[in-house]
Amino acid sequence: TLELTVRASPTGPGGDMQWCFSQVKGAIDDDVAEADIISTVEFNHTGELLATGDKGGRVVIFQQEIENKSQPQFRSEYNVYSTFQSHEPEFDYLKSLEIEEKINKIRWLPQKNAAQFLLSTNDKTIKLWKISERDKRPEGYNLKEEDGRYKDPNTITSLRVPVLIPMDLMVEASPRRVFANAHTYHINSISVNSDNETYLSADDLRINLWHLEITDRSFNIVDIKPANMEELTEVITAAEFHPHQCNTFVYSSSKGTIRLCDMRASALCDKHSKLFEEPEDPSNRSFFSEIISSISDVKFSHNGRYMMTRDYLSVKIWDLNMENRPVETYQVHEYLRSKLCSLYENDCIFDKFECCWNGNDSVVMTGSYNNFFRMFDRGHRRDVTLEASRENSKPMQVLKPRKVCAGGKRKKDEISVDSLDFNKKILHTAWHPQDNIIAVATTNNLYIFQDKVN
Amino acid sequence: MSGDNEDTQTADETTLDEKAPVQDKVISPEKAEEAKLKARYPNLGNKPGGSDLLRKRLQKGQKYFDSGDYNMAKAKIKNKQLPTAAPEKTEITGDHIPTPQDLPQRKPSLVASKLAG
Repeated sequence: TLELTVRASPTGPGGDMQWCFSQVKGAIDDDVAEADIISTVEFNHTGELLATGDKGGRVVIFQQEIENKSQPQFRSEYNVYSTFQSHEPEFDYLKSLEIEEKINKIRWLPQKNAAQFLLSTNDKTIKLWKISERDKRPEGYNLKEEDGRYKDPNTITSLRVPVLIPMDLMVEASPRRVFANAHTYHINSISVNSDNETYLSADDLRINLWHLEITDRSFNIVDIKPANMEELTEVITAAEFHPHQCNTFVYSSSKGTIRLCDMRASALCDKHSKLFEEPEDPSNRSFFSEIISSISDVKFSHNGRYMMTRDYLSVKIWDLNMENRPVETYQVHEYLRSKLCSLYENDCIFDKFECCWNGNDSVVMTGSYNNFFRMFDRGHRRDVTLEASRENSKPMQVLKPRKVCAGGKRKKDEISVDSLDFNKKILHTAWHPQDNIIAVATTNNLYIFQDKVN
Repeated sequence: MSGDNEDTQTADETTLDEKAPVQDKVISPEKAEEAKLKARYPNLGNKPGGSDLLRKRLQKGQKYFDSGDYNMAKAKIKNKQLPTAAPEKTEITGDHIPTPQDLPQRKPSLVASKLAG
Protein backbone atom coordinates (compact mmCIF):
# COMPACT_ATOMS: atom_id res chain seq x y z
CA THR A 1 0.00 0.00 0.00
CA LEU A 2 1.12 3.52 -0.68
CA GLU A 3 1.94 5.78 2.18
CA LEU A 4 0.15 9.11 2.08
CA THR A 5 2.33 12.14 2.02
CA VAL A 6 1.41 14.13 5.08
CA ARG A 7 3.88 16.95 4.81
CA ALA A 8 3.04 20.00 2.75
CA SER A 9 4.27 19.51 -0.76
CA PRO A 10 6.28 22.31 -2.26
CA THR A 11 4.69 21.56 -5.58
CA GLY A 12 1.54 23.50 -4.94
CA PRO A 13 -2.08 22.49 -5.49
CA GLY A 14 -2.58 19.49 -7.72
CA GLY A 15 1.08 18.58 -7.45
CA ASP A 16 1.91 19.97 -10.82
CA MET A 17 5.50 20.89 -11.19
CA GLN A 18 6.64 22.79 -14.21
CA TRP A 19 10.31 22.48 -14.73
CA CYS A 20 12.13 25.35 -16.40
CA PHE A 21 15.60 25.70 -17.69
CA SER A 22 17.75 27.83 -15.41
CA GLN A 23 21.41 27.40 -16.31
CA VAL A 24 23.86 25.14 -18.14
CA LYS A 25 27.57 24.85 -17.37
CA GLY A 26 30.27 23.43 -19.56
CA ALA A 27 31.51 23.55 -23.12
CA ILE A 28 29.16 23.48 -26.07
CA ASP A 29 31.39 21.63 -28.51
CA ASP A 30 30.62 18.02 -29.29
CA ASP A 31 34.20 16.88 -28.97
CA VAL A 32 34.28 15.88 -25.35
CA ALA A 33 37.66 15.47 -23.69
CA GLU A 34 37.64 12.47 -21.37
CA ALA A 35 38.70 14.60 -18.42
CA ASP A 36 35.55 16.69 -18.75
CA ILE A 37 33.18 13.78 -18.23
CA ILE A 38 31.20 14.57 -15.08
CA SER A 39 31.34 11.73 -12.61
CA THR A 40 29.47 13.02 -9.57
CA VAL A 41 27.08 15.83 -8.55
CA GLU A 42 26.12 16.72 -4.99
CA PHE A 43 24.33 19.57 -3.21
CA ASN A 44 25.49 20.44 0.30
CA HIS A 45 23.07 20.25 3.23
CA THR A 46 21.59 23.71 2.72
CA GLY A 47 21.61 23.59 -1.06
CA GLU A 48 23.65 26.75 -1.20
CA LEU A 49 26.60 24.87 -2.67
CA LEU A 50 26.65 22.42 -5.55
CA ALA A 51 29.75 20.33 -6.19
CA THR A 52 30.73 18.36 -9.28
CA GLY A 53 33.59 15.95 -9.81
CA ASP A 54 34.95 14.81 -13.16
CA LYS A 55 37.06 12.14 -14.76
CA GLY A 56 40.05 14.47 -14.73
CA GLY A 57 40.05 14.49 -10.94
CA ARG A 58 38.78 18.06 -10.67
CA VAL A 59 36.11 19.43 -8.38
CA VAL A 60 34.06 22.50 -9.25
CA ILE A 61 31.85 24.06 -6.59
CA PHE A 62 29.03 26.43 -7.47
CA GLN A 63 27.38 28.79 -5.01
CA GLN A 64 23.83 30.03 -5.11
CA GLU A 65 23.79 33.79 -5.20
CA ILE A 66 21.49 35.78 -2.97
CA GLU A 67 18.03 36.01 -4.45
CA ASN A 68 17.18 38.93 -6.66
CA LYS A 69 14.36 40.52 -4.72
CA SER A 70 13.18 42.69 -7.59
CA GLN A 71 12.50 39.68 -9.77
CA PRO A 72 10.90 37.12 -7.49
CA GLN A 73 10.06 34.69 -10.28
CA PHE A 74 13.74 34.18 -10.96
CA ARG A 75 15.47 32.02 -8.45
CA SER A 76 19.03 32.83 -7.76
CA GLU A 77 21.76 31.45 -9.96
CA TYR A 78 24.63 29.17 -9.24
CA ASN A 79 28.02 30.62 -10.02
CA VAL A 80 31.51 29.20 -9.70
CA TYR A 81 32.73 29.45 -6.12
CA SER A 82 35.83 27.30 -6.11
CA THR A 83 37.60 24.78 -8.30
CA PHE A 84 40.56 22.56 -7.53
CA GLN A 85 42.40 19.43 -8.55
CA SER A 86 41.31 16.85 -6.01
CA HIS A 87 43.01 13.69 -7.26
CA GLU A 88 45.76 12.93 -9.73
CA PRO A 89 46.47 9.80 -11.76
CA GLU A 90 48.77 7.34 -10.08
CA PHE A 91 50.48 4.13 -11.00
CA ASP A 92 50.95 1.49 -8.36
CA TYR A 93 54.12 -0.22 -9.55
CA LEU A 94 53.89 -2.91 -6.92
CA LYS A 95 50.51 -4.12 -8.12
CA SER A 96 50.84 -2.99 -11.74
CA LEU A 97 47.70 -1.07 -11.23
CA GLU A 98 46.74 2.16 -12.89
CA ILE A 99 44.75 4.34 -10.54
CA GLU A 100 42.36 6.72 -12.23
CA GLU A 101 41.96 10.23 -10.93
CA LYS A 102 38.25 10.15 -11.65
CA ILE A 103 36.19 11.42 -8.73
CA ASN A 104 33.71 8.68 -7.94
CA LYS A 105 31.82 10.43 -5.18
CA ILE A 106 31.66 13.72 -3.30
CA ARG A 107 29.91 13.99 0.05
CA TRP A 108 29.55 17.19 2.04
CA LEU A 109 29.97 17.41 5.78
CA PRO A 110 27.35 19.42 7.66
CA GLN A 111 28.71 22.88 8.28
CA LYS A 112 30.13 23.44 11.76
CA ASN A 113 31.95 26.74 11.35
CA ALA A 114 32.75 29.31 8.69
CA ALA A 115 34.51 26.82 6.45
CA GLN A 116 32.92 24.10 4.33
CA PHE A 117 34.21 20.55 4.24
CA LEU A 118 33.70 17.81 1.72
CA LEU A 119 34.98 14.30 1.15
CA SER A 120 35.99 13.36 -2.37
CA THR A 121 37.16 9.95 -3.47
CA ASN A 122 38.67 8.22 -6.46
CA ASP A 123 39.11 4.44 -6.73
CA LYS A 124 41.62 4.22 -3.91
CA THR A 125 41.98 7.36 -1.83
CA ILE A 126 39.53 9.56 0.04
CA LYS A 127 40.39 13.16 0.78
CA LEU A 128 38.85 15.68 3.14
CA TRP A 129 38.90 19.15 1.62
CA LYS A 130 38.41 22.40 3.49
CA ILE A 131 36.95 25.25 1.52
CA SER A 132 37.37 28.58 3.25
CA GLU A 133 36.84 32.19 2.40
CA ARG A 134 39.26 34.96 2.86
CA ASP A 135 37.99 38.49 2.46
CA LYS A 136 40.37 40.44 4.65
CA ARG A 137 44.09 40.80 4.74
CA PRO A 138 46.41 42.33 7.31
CA GLU A 139 48.21 45.52 6.52
CA GLY A 140 50.79 47.54 8.44
CA TYR A 141 53.27 45.04 9.75
CA ASN A 142 56.02 46.34 11.93
CA LEU A 143 58.87 44.27 10.57
CA LYS A 144 57.87 43.80 6.95
CA GLU A 145 57.27 46.10 4.03
CA GLU A 146 54.03 45.82 2.11
CA ASP A 147 55.76 43.67 -0.51
CA GLY A 148 57.01 41.24 2.13
CA ARG A 149 60.62 42.25 2.36
CA TYR A 150 61.97 42.59 5.85
CA LYS A 151 62.80 46.08 7.05
CA ASP A 152 66.13 47.01 8.49
CA PRO A 153 65.40 46.77 12.24
CA ASN A 154 67.37 49.94 12.88
CA THR A 155 64.83 51.98 10.95
CA ILE A 156 61.94 50.88 13.12
CA THR A 157 61.28 53.49 15.76
CA SER A 158 57.64 52.99 16.62
CA LEU A 159 55.18 50.19 17.21
CA ARG A 160 51.83 49.84 15.50
CA VAL A 161 49.08 47.28 15.37
CA PRO A 162 48.45 45.83 11.89
CA VAL A 163 44.89 46.30 10.73
CA LEU A 164 42.68 43.98 8.69
CA ILE A 165 41.49 45.60 5.51
CA PRO A 166 38.91 44.22 3.11
CA MET A 167 40.08 42.47 -0.03
CA ASP A 168 38.40 40.70 -2.94
CA LEU A 169 36.91 37.43 -1.83
CA MET A 170 39.29 34.55 -2.23
CA VAL A 171 38.06 31.01 -1.83
CA GLU A 172 40.73 28.51 -0.94
CA ALA A 173 40.53 24.75 -1.00
CA SER A 174 43.08 22.80 0.99
CA PRO A 175 43.36 19.08 1.61
CA ARG A 176 43.08 18.53 5.36
CA ARG A 177 43.13 14.73 5.50
CA VAL A 178 44.14 12.00 3.11
CA PHE A 179 42.68 8.56 3.83
CA ALA A 180 44.78 6.20 1.80
CA ASN A 181 45.84 2.58 1.48
CA ALA A 182 42.75 1.01 2.94
CA HIS A 183 41.14 -0.37 -0.22
CA THR A 184 42.41 -3.21 -2.35
CA TYR A 185 39.44 -2.91 -4.68
CA HIS A 186 37.73 0.07 -6.24
CA ILE A 187 35.85 2.48 -4.00
CA ASN A 188 32.26 2.97 -5.15
CA SER A 189 30.73 4.83 -2.19
CA ILE A 190 31.43 7.09 0.75
CA SER A 191 28.86 8.11 3.31
CA VAL A 192 29.13 10.49 6.25
CA ASN A 193 27.56 9.25 9.46
CA SER A 194 24.91 11.28 11.30
CA ASP A 195 27.32 11.40 14.24
CA ASN A 196 29.47 13.79 12.17
CA GLU A 197 32.56 12.01 13.39
CA THR A 198 32.79 8.92 11.25
CA TYR A 199 32.18 7.91 7.67
CA LEU A 200 32.24 4.70 5.66
CA SER A 201 33.94 3.88 2.39
CA ALA A 202 32.92 0.86 0.33
CA ASP A 203 34.75 -0.98 -2.42
CA ASP A 204 33.70 -4.07 -4.39
CA LEU A 205 34.30 -6.44 -1.52
CA ARG A 206 34.81 -4.48 1.67
CA ILE A 207 33.45 -1.61 3.70
CA ASN A 208 35.63 0.41 6.05
CA LEU A 209 34.72 2.77 8.86
CA TRP A 210 36.85 5.85 9.39
CA HIS A 211 37.06 8.64 11.91
CA LEU A 212 37.28 11.99 10.16
CA GLU A 213 40.24 13.00 12.31
CA ILE A 214 42.24 9.80 11.93
CA THR A 215 43.94 8.83 8.71
CA ASP A 216 46.34 6.11 9.73
CA ARG A 217 43.74 3.48 10.53
CA SER A 218 40.25 2.40 9.68
CA PHE A 219 38.02 -0.44 10.82
CA ASN A 220 36.81 -3.06 8.41
CA ILE A 221 33.12 -3.57 9.03
CA VAL A 222 32.07 -5.67 6.05
CA ASP A 223 34.16 -8.22 4.17
CA ILE A 224 32.54 -10.37 1.53
CA LYS A 225 35.71 -11.59 -0.10
CA PRO A 226 35.51 -15.38 -0.43
CA ALA A 227 38.49 -17.48 0.63
CA ASN A 228 38.68 -18.76 -2.92
CA MET A 229 38.15 -16.05 -5.52
CA GLU A 230 36.77 -18.66 -7.91
CA GLU A 231 33.74 -18.71 -5.64
CA LEU A 232 33.05 -15.02 -6.06
CA THR A 233 29.40 -14.54 -6.91
CA GLU A 234 28.57 -11.00 -5.96
CA VAL A 235 30.16 -7.64 -5.23
CA ILE A 236 29.17 -4.58 -3.23
CA THR A 237 27.83 -1.86 -5.48
CA ALA A 238 26.81 0.95 -3.09
CA ALA A 239 26.60 1.73 0.62
CA GLU A 240 25.06 4.43 2.76
CA PHE A 241 24.62 5.33 6.41
CA HIS A 242 21.13 5.82 7.78
CA PRO A 243 20.36 9.56 7.97
CA HIS A 244 19.53 9.48 11.70
CA GLN A 245 20.57 6.17 13.21
CA CYS A 246 24.32 6.31 13.50
CA ASN A 247 24.59 2.55 14.04
CA THR A 248 22.78 1.57 10.83
CA PHE A 249 23.98 1.37 7.26
CA VAL A 250 22.96 -0.50 4.12
CA TYR A 251 24.88 -1.93 1.20
CA SER A 252 23.62 -3.16 -2.12
CA SER A 253 24.98 -5.94 -4.30
CA SER A 254 25.39 -6.92 -7.93
CA LYS A 255 22.75 -9.58 -7.36
CA GLY A 256 20.02 -7.09 -6.52
CA THR A 257 19.99 -7.52 -2.77
CA ILE A 258 20.33 -4.93 -0.04
CA ARG A 259 21.65 -5.72 3.39
CA LEU A 260 20.98 -3.55 6.40
CA CYS A 261 23.59 -3.80 9.13
CA ASP A 262 23.66 -2.71 12.73
CA MET A 263 27.11 -1.84 14.03
CA ARG A 264 26.01 -2.52 17.59
CA ALA A 265 25.55 -6.20 16.80
CA SER A 266 29.21 -6.97 16.20
CA ALA A 267 32.48 -5.46 15.12
CA LEU A 268 32.39 -7.20 11.75
CA CYS A 269 28.98 -6.78 10.18
CA ASP A 270 29.17 -9.73 7.82
CA LYS A 271 25.90 -10.96 9.20
CA HIS A 272 23.13 -8.63 8.15
CA SER A 273 20.27 -7.52 10.36
CA LYS A 274 17.93 -7.37 7.39
CA LEU A 275 18.11 -8.68 3.85
CA PHE A 276 15.97 -6.95 1.25
CA GLU A 277 15.33 -9.02 -1.82
CA GLU A 278 12.47 -9.29 -4.22
CA PRO A 279 11.66 -12.88 -5.15
CA GLU A 280 12.04 -13.70 -8.80
CA ASP A 281 10.11 -16.22 -10.81
CA PRO A 282 12.81 -18.76 -11.78
CA SER A 283 11.07 -19.55 -15.04
CA ASN A 284 11.68 -15.96 -16.12
CA ARG A 285 15.37 -16.15 -15.54
CA SER A 286 17.51 -15.27 -18.52
CA PHE A 287 21.14 -14.57 -19.25
CA PHE A 288 20.46 -10.93 -18.49
CA SER A 289 18.49 -11.30 -15.28
CA GLU A 290 21.34 -10.95 -12.86
CA ILE A 291 23.06 -8.19 -14.79
CA ILE A 292 19.97 -5.99 -14.93
CA SER A 293 19.12 -6.69 -11.31
CA SER A 294 22.48 -5.35 -10.17
CA ILE A 295 21.81 -2.30 -8.00
CA SER A 296 23.77 0.75 -9.11
CA ASP A 297 22.66 3.12 -6.34
CA VAL A 298 20.96 3.04 -2.95
CA LYS A 299 19.66 6.12 -1.15
CA PHE A 300 17.79 6.49 2.12
CA SER A 301 14.81 8.84 2.14
CA HIS A 302 15.35 12.01 4.15
CA ASN A 303 12.93 10.81 6.80
CA GLY A 304 14.88 7.59 7.18
CA ARG A 305 11.87 5.29 6.77
CA TYR A 306 12.46 4.21 3.19
CA MET A 307 15.30 3.49 0.87
CA MET A 308 15.40 3.65 -2.89
CA THR A 309 17.41 1.39 -5.17
CA ARG A 310 18.21 1.76 -8.86
CA ASP A 311 18.79 -1.22 -11.07
CA TYR A 312 19.17 -1.15 -14.84
CA LEU A 313 15.52 -0.82 -15.76
CA SER A 314 13.74 0.36 -12.63
CA VAL A 315 13.68 2.32 -9.40
CA LYS A 316 12.34 0.58 -6.29
CA ILE A 317 11.23 2.05 -3.01
CA TRP A 318 11.62 -0.18 0.02
CA ASP A 319 10.02 0.20 3.42
CA LEU A 320 12.75 -0.58 5.95
CA ASN A 321 10.23 -2.70 7.83
CA MET A 322 9.48 -4.95 4.88
CA GLU A 323 12.24 -7.12 3.51
CA ASN A 324 10.49 -9.38 1.10
CA ARG A 325 9.58 -6.89 -1.61
CA PRO A 326 9.63 -3.16 -2.44
CA VAL A 327 6.54 -1.07 -1.71
CA GLU A 328 6.81 0.75 -5.01
CA THR A 329 8.44 -0.04 -8.35
CA TYR A 330 8.84 2.49 -11.14
CA GLN A 331 9.87 1.52 -14.65
CA VAL A 332 12.49 3.92 -15.95
CA HIS A 333 12.79 2.68 -19.53
CA GLU A 334 11.04 -0.66 -19.82
CA TYR A 335 11.26 -0.41 -23.64
CA LEU A 336 14.95 -1.33 -23.31
CA ARG A 337 14.07 -4.86 -22.25
CA SER A 338 13.75 -5.86 -25.87
CA LYS A 339 17.14 -4.30 -26.65
CA LEU A 340 19.18 -6.08 -24.03
CA CYS A 341 21.23 -7.99 -26.56
CA SER A 342 22.62 -4.82 -28.19
CA LEU A 343 22.95 -3.10 -24.84
CA TYR A 344 25.09 -6.00 -23.66
CA GLU A 345 27.23 -5.82 -26.78
CA ASN A 346 27.89 -2.10 -26.43
CA ASP A 347 28.38 -2.39 -22.66
CA CYS A 348 25.52 0.01 -21.90
CA ILE A 349 23.90 -2.70 -19.82
CA PHE A 350 26.65 -2.03 -17.27
CA ASP A 351 25.93 1.69 -16.97
CA LYS A 352 25.51 2.77 -13.38
CA PHE A 353 22.63 5.16 -12.96
CA GLU A 354 22.12 7.04 -9.72
CA CYS A 355 18.86 8.20 -8.19
CA CYS A 356 17.75 10.84 -5.71
CA TRP A 357 14.88 11.98 -3.52
CA ASN A 358 13.40 15.45 -3.34
CA GLY A 359 13.44 17.30 -0.03
CA ASN A 360 10.21 15.91 1.37
CA ASP A 361 10.56 12.42 -0.15
CA SER A 362 7.48 12.82 -2.34
CA VAL A 363 9.28 12.66 -5.70
CA VAL A 364 12.22 10.58 -6.91
CA MET A 365 14.39 11.17 -9.94
CA THR A 366 16.81 9.20 -12.06
CA GLY A 367 18.52 9.47 -15.43
CA SER A 368 18.20 7.54 -18.68
CA TYR A 369 19.56 7.68 -22.24
CA ASN A 370 19.24 10.32 -24.94
CA ASN A 371 19.80 12.89 -22.17
CA PHE A 372 16.39 12.02 -20.78
CA PHE A 373 15.70 11.94 -17.08
CA ARG A 374 12.66 10.66 -15.25
CA MET A 375 10.72 11.85 -12.22
CA PHE A 376 8.23 9.78 -10.30
CA ASP A 377 5.74 11.56 -8.08
CA ARG A 378 4.96 9.00 -5.43
CA GLY A 379 2.03 10.83 -3.92
CA HIS A 380 0.18 11.63 -7.12
CA ARG A 381 1.28 8.45 -8.88
CA ARG A 382 2.46 10.34 -11.92
CA ASP A 383 5.70 10.31 -13.81
CA VAL A 384 7.34 12.45 -16.43
CA THR A 385 10.24 12.22 -18.86
CA LEU A 386 12.22 15.39 -19.46
CA GLU A 387 15.25 16.16 -21.58
CA ALA A 388 18.41 18.10 -20.84
CA SER A 389 19.49 19.67 -24.09
CA ARG A 390 20.88 22.91 -25.41
CA GLU A 391 17.85 23.19 -27.66
CA ASN A 392 15.66 23.81 -24.65
CA SER A 393 17.94 26.28 -22.98
CA LYS A 394 16.26 29.63 -23.27
CA PRO A 395 16.01 31.34 -19.89
CA MET A 396 13.08 29.99 -17.91
CA GLN A 397 11.94 27.88 -20.86
CA VAL A 398 9.45 25.30 -19.65
CA LEU A 399 10.55 21.74 -20.37
CA LYS A 400 8.17 19.77 -22.49
CA PRO A 401 7.54 16.18 -21.41
CA ARG A 402 9.06 13.59 -23.74
CA LYS A 403 7.67 10.25 -24.76
CA VAL A 404 9.44 7.23 -26.15
CA CYS A 405 7.55 5.07 -28.59
CA ALA A 406 8.30 1.43 -27.86
CA GLY A 407 6.91 0.03 -31.05
CA GLY A 408 4.11 0.31 -33.52
CA LYS A 409 2.93 3.65 -34.71
CA ARG A 410 5.02 6.59 -33.60
CA LYS A 411 3.04 9.66 -32.76
CA LYS A 412 4.25 13.14 -33.58
CA ASP A 413 6.78 14.41 -30.99
CA GLU A 414 7.49 10.88 -29.84
CA ILE A 415 10.90 9.42 -30.32
CA SER A 416 11.37 5.79 -31.28
CA VAL A 417 13.59 3.50 -29.24
CA ASP A 418 15.94 2.97 -32.17
CA SER A 419 16.55 6.71 -32.46
CA LEU A 420 17.73 7.05 -28.88
CA ASP A 421 21.33 8.12 -28.46
CA PHE A 422 22.89 5.68 -26.01
CA ASN A 423 26.02 7.78 -25.74
CA LYS A 424 24.01 10.55 -24.16
CA LYS A 425 23.49 9.15 -20.70
CA ILE A 426 22.39 10.93 -17.58
CA LEU A 427 23.97 8.95 -14.78
CA HIS A 428 24.17 11.67 -12.12
CA THR A 429 21.39 13.89 -10.84
CA ALA A 430 20.88 15.81 -7.61
CA TRP A 431 17.94 17.51 -5.95
CA HIS A 432 18.23 20.59 -3.76
CA PRO A 433 17.55 19.54 -0.13
CA GLN A 434 14.70 22.00 0.31
CA ASP A 435 13.66 23.68 -2.92
CA ASN A 436 12.59 22.41 -6.31
CA ILE A 437 15.93 22.99 -7.95
CA ILE A 438 17.65 20.09 -9.65
CA ALA A 439 21.11 19.56 -11.08
CA VAL A 440 21.33 17.14 -14.00
CA ALA A 441 24.65 16.08 -15.49
CA THR A 442 24.90 15.05 -19.11
CA THR A 443 28.25 13.71 -20.31
CA ASN A 444 30.12 16.98 -19.90
CA ASN A 445 27.50 19.60 -19.11
CA LEU A 446 25.69 20.45 -15.93
CA TYR A 447 22.09 21.62 -16.26
CA ILE A 448 20.22 23.39 -13.51
CA PHE A 449 16.45 23.37 -13.70
CA GLN A 450 13.96 24.89 -11.34
CA ASP A 451 10.27 24.65 -10.76
CA LYS A 452 8.34 27.65 -12.02
CA VAL A 453 7.35 29.45 -8.87
CA ASN A 454 3.59 29.89 -8.81
CA MET B 1 3.51 17.00 -13.37
CA SER B 2 1.78 15.78 -16.48
CA GLY B 3 2.20 12.27 -17.67
CA ASP B 4 0.50 8.95 -17.45
CA ASN B 5 0.95 6.42 -14.74
CA GLU B 6 1.30 3.37 -16.90
CA ASP B 7 4.81 2.94 -15.74
CA THR B 8 4.00 3.22 -12.06
CA GLN B 9 3.24 0.13 -10.09
CA THR B 10 2.67 -0.56 -6.47
CA ALA B 11 2.99 -3.62 -4.35
CA ASP B 12 -0.71 -4.25 -4.90
CA GLU B 13 -0.14 -4.92 -8.56
CA THR B 14 2.47 -7.18 -10.05
CA THR B 15 5.86 -5.60 -9.70
CA LEU B 16 7.60 -7.76 -12.24
CA ASP B 17 6.92 -6.96 -15.83
CA GLU B 18 8.92 -9.95 -16.82
CA LYS B 19 6.41 -12.45 -15.48
CA ALA B 20 5.86 -15.08 -18.16
CA PRO B 21 2.75 -14.60 -20.24
CA VAL B 22 0.07 -17.26 -20.15
CA GLN B 23 0.75 -18.88 -23.50
CA ASP B 24 3.81 -21.04 -23.98
CA LYS B 25 4.31 -19.81 -27.50
CA VAL B 26 4.91 -16.19 -26.54
CA ILE B 27 8.48 -15.65 -25.37
CA SER B 28 9.24 -12.77 -23.03
CA PRO B 29 11.27 -9.99 -24.67
CA GLU B 30 14.13 -10.77 -22.32
CA LYS B 31 14.28 -14.42 -23.37
CA ALA B 32 14.08 -13.38 -27.00
CA GLU B 33 17.09 -11.12 -26.46
CA GLU B 34 18.90 -13.98 -24.76
CA ALA B 35 18.30 -16.20 -27.76
CA LYS B 36 19.67 -13.47 -30.02
CA LEU B 37 22.82 -13.20 -27.95
CA LYS B 38 23.40 -16.93 -27.81
CA ALA B 39 22.98 -17.10 -31.57
CA ARG B 40 25.71 -14.50 -32.00
CA TYR B 41 28.04 -15.88 -29.37
CA PRO B 42 27.49 -19.62 -29.12
CA ASN B 43 30.42 -20.03 -26.75
CA LEU B 44 29.00 -17.72 -24.14
CA GLY B 45 29.01 -19.39 -20.76
CA ASN B 46 25.89 -19.86 -18.75
CA LYS B 47 27.01 -17.97 -15.69
CA PRO B 48 26.84 -14.37 -16.81
CA GLY B 49 26.83 -12.68 -13.48
CA GLY B 50 29.33 -15.06 -12.07
CA SER B 51 33.02 -15.07 -11.59
CA ASP B 52 34.16 -14.01 -15.05
CA LEU B 53 32.32 -10.71 -15.26
CA LEU B 54 32.99 -9.87 -11.67
CA ARG B 55 36.66 -10.68 -11.85
CA LYS B 56 36.97 -8.48 -14.92
CA ARG B 57 35.40 -5.71 -12.88
CA LEU B 58 37.81 -6.23 -10.01
CA GLN B 59 40.79 -6.14 -12.32
CA LYS B 60 39.99 -2.77 -13.80
CA GLY B 61 43.12 -0.72 -14.15
CA GLN B 62 45.48 -3.68 -14.29
CA LYS B 63 48.41 -2.97 -16.52
CA TYR B 64 51.35 -5.19 -17.34
CA PHE B 65 54.52 -4.06 -15.73
CA ASP B 66 57.01 -6.04 -13.75
CA SER B 67 59.47 -3.98 -11.79
CA GLY B 68 61.75 -6.99 -11.40
CA ASP B 69 61.97 -7.59 -15.12
CA TYR B 70 62.44 -3.90 -15.70
CA ASN B 71 65.32 -3.60 -13.27
CA MET B 72 66.98 -6.77 -14.51
CA ALA B 73 66.75 -5.52 -18.05
CA LYS B 74 68.20 -2.20 -17.00
CA ALA B 75 71.07 -3.94 -15.28
CA LYS B 76 71.86 -6.15 -18.27
CA ILE B 77 71.76 -3.42 -20.82
CA LYS B 78 73.69 -0.86 -18.81
CA ASN B 79 75.06 1.29 -21.53
CA LYS B 80 72.79 0.26 -24.32
CA GLN B 81 69.38 1.69 -24.92
CA LEU B 82 66.47 0.01 -23.25
CA PRO B 83 64.11 -1.90 -25.54
CA THR B 84 61.76 0.61 -27.01
CA ALA B 85 58.06 0.25 -27.08
CA ALA B 86 56.19 -0.97 -30.09
CA PRO B 87 54.28 1.77 -31.86
CA GLU B 88 51.07 0.20 -30.63
CA LYS B 89 51.13 1.16 -26.99
CA THR B 90 47.78 -0.03 -25.85
CA GLU B 91 48.55 -3.60 -24.83
CA ILE B 92 52.00 -4.29 -23.48
CA THR B 93 52.45 -7.98 -22.93
CA GLY B 94 54.60 -10.85 -24.07
CA ASP B 95 58.20 -10.51 -25.21
CA HIS B 96 58.55 -6.84 -24.86
CA ILE B 97 59.51 -5.72 -21.40
CA PRO B 98 57.43 -2.75 -20.49
CA THR B 99 59.17 0.18 -18.92
CA PRO B 100 57.58 2.96 -16.95
CA GLN B 101 57.98 5.16 -20.01
CA ASP B 102 55.87 2.79 -22.06
CA LEU B 103 52.95 2.90 -19.78
CA PRO B 104 50.48 5.51 -20.88
CA GLN B 105 51.70 8.62 -19.17
CA ARG B 106 48.78 10.30 -17.64
CA LYS B 107 49.76 13.61 -16.34
CA PRO B 108 47.47 15.43 -13.97
CA SER B 109 45.24 17.98 -15.64
CA LEU B 110 46.73 21.37 -15.71
CA VAL B 111 43.69 22.69 -17.47
CA ALA B 112 40.80 23.93 -15.41
CA SER B 113 37.44 22.27 -15.76
CA LYS B 114 35.24 23.74 -18.50
CA LEU B 115 32.39 23.84 -16.00
CA ALA B 116 34.25 26.67 -14.30
CA GLY B 117 34.71 28.60 -17.53
